[in-house]
Amino acid sequence: MSLDVMIVDDSAAIRKILHRVLIQADVPLGKVIEAGDGQEALDKLKSAMVGLILSDINMPNMDGLQLLGALKTQEATKAIPIIMVTTEGSSAKVMEAVSLGASGYVRKPFTAEQIKEKLAGLI
Amino acid sequence: MTHERLVTMIRQATKDVFATMLGIELEDHPEYLGVTAPGPSEGVLAIVGLAGAWAGSGSFSCSALMAQKISGQLLMQEYSAIDDDVLDAIGEVTNMVLGNVKTVLEEELGPMGLSIPTVIYGRNFTTRNVGKSQWTVVPFQCIGEVVEVHLCLEPGKELSAKISVAQQQVPAILTMLG
Repeated sequence: MSLDVMIVDDSAAIRKILHRVLIQADVPLGKVIEAGDGQEALDKLKSAMVGLILSDINMPNMDGLQLLGALKTQEATKAIPIIMVTTEGSSAKVMEAVSLGASGYVRKPFTAEQIKEKLAGLI
Repeated sequence: MTHERLVTMIRQATKDVFATMLGIELEDHPEYLGVTAPGPSEGVLAIVGLAGAWAGSGSFSCSALMAQKISGQLLMQEYSAIDDDVLDAIGEVTNMVLGNVKTVLEEELGPMGLSIPTVIYGRNFTTRNVGKSQWTVVPFQCIGEVVEVHLCLEPGKELSAKISVAQQQVPAILTMLG
């Protein structure tokens, strides 16, 4: 069974890298949907549901924590596992993400192994 | 926040990002303090803003050729010109380097915000900042060329006002003690 994944990051470079890591991690990938910020992610989720979201925090328009909060309060999306992949490394941000319902937190720079480890517990 | 502390943070963050994301081991070059906004007159320059109790700017700069090499390492494909992918990759490298510096700074200076990177590519340009801020400049040897990370950080307005008040109070206190 394939897994549809959404990657949310304002950097196209990071979206490409995460897509590559998902392939390397032998995730049974279905569709991979990309979004450049939280609002674009919410808009795209109205027409296409996914089973996993990898999201940055610092993004224009709507940041990753706002996106996380919005998704966890909607019935249709609250069960989707969300892993934050971000340069934001302060314990306050990590705690905020966890309290909002993040399933994992990976700091940039990251290795493929770190992403795989986070995925292993969710897939 | 001293120049030496900033140098240590920048060296660690930059080497970590390059080793982890690019597989490139950087070598140290002597750091220095710049009295005007440093930067190249050509090539690629990415700038981010930092804001909090302390505020300032950070940047990463390199030649156009090095930007293509760095992007190639990051995205595992070859680039023969500066395009959107290259500019985005250099912006993201800058974001990661200075984002990690910010995380260490926050332990000492409190919460800070980091802006979205702005990336500039061109020839014969000049950069400068308003004011007389000092820049910590940390160069590295990177695959046969020098790349630089720059950081300028000063107490924000609110903190500056408190420091100013404190500085005015010191002579008064010393007079009272005398």
